[in-house]
Amino acid sequence: MSAISELSSMSRGKGPVTDEEKRANRRDNKAAYIFLLPWLVGLVVITVGPMLMSLYLAFTDYNLLQPPEWTGLDNFTRMLGDARLHNSLRVTFTYVLVGVPLQLAVALLIALVLDKGLRGLPFYRSVFYLPSLLGGSVAVAILWKQIFGTTGLVNQVLAMFGIAGPGWISDPSTSLGSIILLHVWTFGSPMIIFLAGLRQIPNMYYEAAEVDGATTLQKFWRITLPMLSPIIFFNLVLQIIGSFQSFTQAFIVSGGNGGPSDSTMFFTLYLYQKGFGQFDMGYASAMAWFLLVIIGAFTAINFIASKYWVFYDD
Amino acid sequence: MTKLQTLPAPGHEQGKDGKTPGNRARGSGTRGSAGRPRESRGTLAFSRSAHIKALAKHALLIVTGGIMIYPLLWMVVSSLRPNDLIFREPGLWLNGLEMSNYTDGWSALSHPFGHYMLNSAIVVIGSILGNLISCSMAAYAFARLQFSGKKLFFGIMLLTIMLPFHVVIVPQYILFSQIGWVNTFWPLIVPKLLATDAFFVFLMVQFIRGIPQELDEAARIDGAGHPRIFLRVILPLMVPVLATTTIFTFIWTWNDFFGALIYLTDPEMFTVPVALRAFVDSQSATSWGSLFAMSIVSLLPVFLVFLFGQRFLIKGIATTGIK
Repeated sequence: MSAISELSSMSRGKGPVTDEEKRANRRDNKAAYIFLLPWLVGLVVITVGPMLMSLYLAFTDYNLLQPPEWTGLDNFTRMLGDARLHNSLRVTFTYVLVGVPLQLAVALLIALVLDKGLRGLPFYRSVFYLPSLLGGSVAVAILWKQIFGTTGLVNQVLAMFGIAGPGWISDPSTSLGSIILLHVWTFGSPMIIFLAGLRQIPNMYYEAAEVDGATTLQKFWRITLPMLSPIIFFNLVLQIIGSFQSFTQAFIVSGGNGGPSDSTMFFTLYLYQKGFGQFDMGYASAMAWFLLVIIGAFTAINFIASKYWVFYDD
Repeated sequence: MTKLQTLPAPGHEQGKDGKTPGNRARGSGTRGSAGRPRESRGTLAFSRSAHIKALAKHALLIVTGGIMIYPLLWMVVSSLRPNDLIFREPGLWLNGLEMSNYTDGWSALSHPFGHYMLNSAIVVIGSILGNLISCSMAAYAFARLQFSGKKLFFGIMLLTIMLPFHVVIVPQYILFSQIGWVNTFWPLIVPKLLATDAFFVFLMVQFIRGIPQELDEAARIDGAGHPRIFLRVILPLMVPVLATTTIFTFIWTWNDFFGALIYLTDPEMFTVPVALRAFVDSQSATSWGSLFAMSIVSLLPVFLVFLFGQRFLIKGIATTGIK
């Protein structure tokens, strides 16, 4: 069971508690908090404390040197008029709304091809999964920078066919596309989740459909897709949350400045520049909370929309 | 052909899963290797069209897989080529090995590259120990103990999995800089000691739930308290999920760029990702060869972990979708 389905089934109640259980509970209570101590300290010091602090800082002007100065909604009104921020939002939304569906579609397609007892599955699975593991590294981002450079691998291959390719990364119209491609390239981990999901679909459905003379495409639309919808939903939620936070690839590929002409200035990259480049910590905090709201909204929309397309077997 | 269709693929996760308690945790234990009767499809395998279909599938997979892996192979080959060839040679053929990229790259920065590898290793080992100890403790409490506020805390724990770290990074930075921990490894390790990688807590909770409760009840009747049950009964049975945690922590921490970028500004303290980035900045396009060479060196530990830990990686991903 996934974290997401666990979260949505949390509200279920429990039966009445007997005296015996109550005694056991009291004994457990102390032990439980001892076991939870590291996590609880972390929750307070590393997570909730800083969250409250950053909420406060979002309403201040703070540069690390002078104490924070309360400026009310100033940071947020500044955000309204900040064209670079609007651009970074556009870049990030494009990345998420194009990259995530594309990546999941490829992941599902390959998972479908791999599913039906094909020889050499472990080998193929490894080949497709490896980029997922390496994709977040600086090393692969460096590789990408070269591949899509003016004299890079892609253009070398194109030259063999007599085509003079553009400077993919130095051209604002293609730079974001090459980073999206890097994201799609790392489709291995959702693919593995899809593979696991496909194994859960009882074969009798397909057998029954075959008896009724269903075509491959019909089986896909009527059986595979509905039965897989909780897994698709799970992947979608996770990938959207993760993609909004992408940073390394854009940072390395663009040389840390989101260029050319801010075409790869991701929201997180701009946040980093504001907070840790210019030490405008108040503004960076306001941006972080805005990001949280965006991710929260997307997740909520996902959950609401899921009622109409996610099919649960039970 | 028939053999291919009737036998479950070797090393397939379902076939192996059946033996571990973690499988029961997911409620998929009933589906062992016999879960999907492939025999029923065996009859179809004799037909010509099925044969052609399988061939087409292999062709598709080999082509896509080839394209996927090509850039990586090309990087390996390029790291063994003289610099000027890298910009002219899209193929994978090597005319002799050029090791100078590796020797040049190794000493291109203010410290030899091994120094940064060592820094990374320290952070990685600290993070692994932190995650193993603190996450397993929290998971034991959530999976086995009754306490007030359990549901609330469990819900909060699940929510922290989805919390973007940007929301906490600014105050965390302020906190760590005020206690003088900037340019030390502590900001990268201490959060792991405090179980902030909640994903692993969740993963372990799921796993412990699959361990039969009778085992700890028997230990309790024998007079064992919770620490003993945890250490002697549960923890030894948790080896697969601990392995998964170790492997993922290794890879994530080794690749972690953002944290290192923020906290480690002194070249003395650089981990591999920030060192590579400094390399890019200092040499840019002039020495792709040595840049690639050091990139390969930096990917090597991850690749080795992938090679030996694949089973746990695949299982971990399939269970909860960590990447």
